[in-house]
Amino acid sequence: MKRGGSHWIIGVAALLFCTLSRTHVSSFHATPWITAGIAVVLMLTAMALFARGDSRADRLASPLLFGLLLLWLWEMLVFALQIPFVILPPPSAIALAIWNHLAILRIDFEQTYLHAVVAGYAIGCGAGFLLALAIDRSPFLQRGLTPLGNLISAMPIIGIAPIMVMWFGFGWQSKAAVVVLMTVFPMLVNTRAGLAEYGAMERDLMRTYAAGYWQTLWRLRLPAAMPLIFNALKLNSTLALIGAVVAEFFGTPTRGMGFRISTEAARMNLDVVWATIAVAALAGSVSFALIAMIERAVTFWHPSLRDAEGR
Amino acid sequence: MSASKSLLARILPIPTILFVLLIVWYAAAVWLNAPQARALMDPDAPSGFWAVAHASWTMDRPVLPAPDQIVTALFDSVFGYPLSSPRNLLLQAGYTAEAAGIGLLFGLVFGIALAIGIIHIRTMDRSVMPWVIASQTIPILAIAPMLVVALGVLGITGLTPKAAIVAYLTFFPVTVGMVKGFRTPDPLQLDLMRTYSAGRATVFGKLRWPAAMAFLFPSLKVAVALAVTGAIVAEMPTGAQVGLGARLLAGSYYGQTMMMWSALVMASLLAVFGLVLVSLAERGVIALRGGRL
Repeated sequence: MKRGGSHWIIGVAALLFCTLSRTHVSSFHATPWITAGIAVVLMLTAMALFARGDSRADRLASPLLFGLLLLWLWEMLVFALQIPFVILPPPSAIALAIWNHLAILRIDFEQTYLHAVVAGYAIGCGAGFLLALAIDRSPFLQRGLTPLGNLISAMPIIGIAPIMVMWFGFGWQSKAAVVVLMTVFPMLVNTRAGLAEYGAMERDLMRTYAAGYWQTLWRLRLPAAMPLIFNALKLNSTLALIGAVVAEFFGTPTRGMGFRISTEAARMNLDVVWATIAVAALAGSVSFALIAMIERAVTFWHPSLRDAEGR
Repeated sequence: MSASKSLLARILPIPTILFVLLIVWYAAAVWLNAPQARALMDPDAPSGFWAVAHASWTMDRPVLPAPDQIVTALFDSVFGYPLSSPRNLLLQAGYTAEAAGIGLLFGLVFGIALAIGIIHIRTMDRSVMPWVIASQTIPILAIAPMLVVALGVLGITGLTPKAAIVAYLTFFPVTVGMVKGFRTPDPLQLDLMRTYSAGRATVFGKLRWPAAMAFLFPSLKVAVALAVTGAIVAEMPTGAQVGLGARLLAGSYYGQTMMMWSALVMASLLAVFGLVLVSLAERGVIALRGGRL
């Protein structure tokens, strides 16, 4: 399908309309609402046009526009409906809060993310992986531990947070312990499923080459398990953040994202709370994206990636 | 892989592993509790290993309670009080289950609706799907208590905020699983439907929906676990009155170890109960379909 740059023009027009009507919305006068209506229609039209394209820019533009639309609607509605600041501050106020509290946000990020999350994630994922290999080696362990592992994955492990704080004290170690417990079982279950992913043909080929257990593991089964291992790594990247922040509700030194959220919420400084949430969401997204990038490099052969590339 | 194993060889490992775990647990309880237990013991009493061990398995506020203590505490909290008393753990579990169940129902309906939109409308697929994934990077569990407090300021309390948080958590696995499931039919099958000149709705009802069933139940199992966790975390803000999360928090606040552990075990039992229900539903659907999904 051949088109000109009309959708780009519409997209830019939509953005312009958004900036226009933002200054007008303060009450329920008709004009701003009509303007806003036009802006939304333009946005949706642009999104639909971009969705038809297949170039890289087209693929990026559609979700970006949707995100902008959401942010803009949020800003407008907070002003138009006069939603109290305590319930939901507008995005502009949150951006301002991030700018004003950069130092505090950095200290919290270090305490929660760089200490608790990173340490817990590394230990938890590593232990889950090694445990899966150990279970794989022994059929007896396999039959005994598999139901247990599945059961524990379903349990609300986060409830263990107050107990861990009791055991390991208020420092980041107790949060790391919660993260370890939360991440170890998804990794264990996924690695076990991944190690069973190879086909009978490949296994027979390895036998023909007289490959032993370890050679088969290293050259066939681990590479075949990679998609599922990365699945667990991605899942754990968000779980780790949640575990660390929730554990901080049960006692922390006076820094950390969970501490900041609970104390500032009690003081009604909702803009700081949302700024912390924004940092957490950004940290989560960046971690996720980073792992997804490594996954693309490692499992380039997997059909699910081939479709995404369009080749 | 060897040929068919005897029944004993298949069943034996589980009790063996459980037995080993129990021994390890009792040993760990001695190791963690012995310092305090020694301090509490009568100085004239015999202080051999077994005496210390026995003391550390029968403490009032152990660092790590022995398994039999947890079972006793759980039994007491369920049968020791009338069902109307807030100290009855079964009642508290009921509150949590209610929030988790209602939230899960809403999450399921919303998740399936979103998946239907995503497979049929290209614009939605391109623009919404990335945000569905991004929405999960917001650690909602971490901000759940704050949301509950904020909604409380508005006067919205009780079940609604808890169920909303559960719904937000559970729609994601359902959406992702169902989008995959609705797209499983291969071109051959879709072409056959075209040959019959079937419309979109017919293709969906007779081909896509049945094909997606195989993906629905694994997603639901993940969602059940998330629902229980979400409901408990939503019950954790200060001032929470009812539910297992409130018991956990109160136990943590007053140093009541046994209260914490029994609430935790009850929560796990609730999650397992949910999983059993999903498995039963799955078996029912398989039976209706004549033995396969």
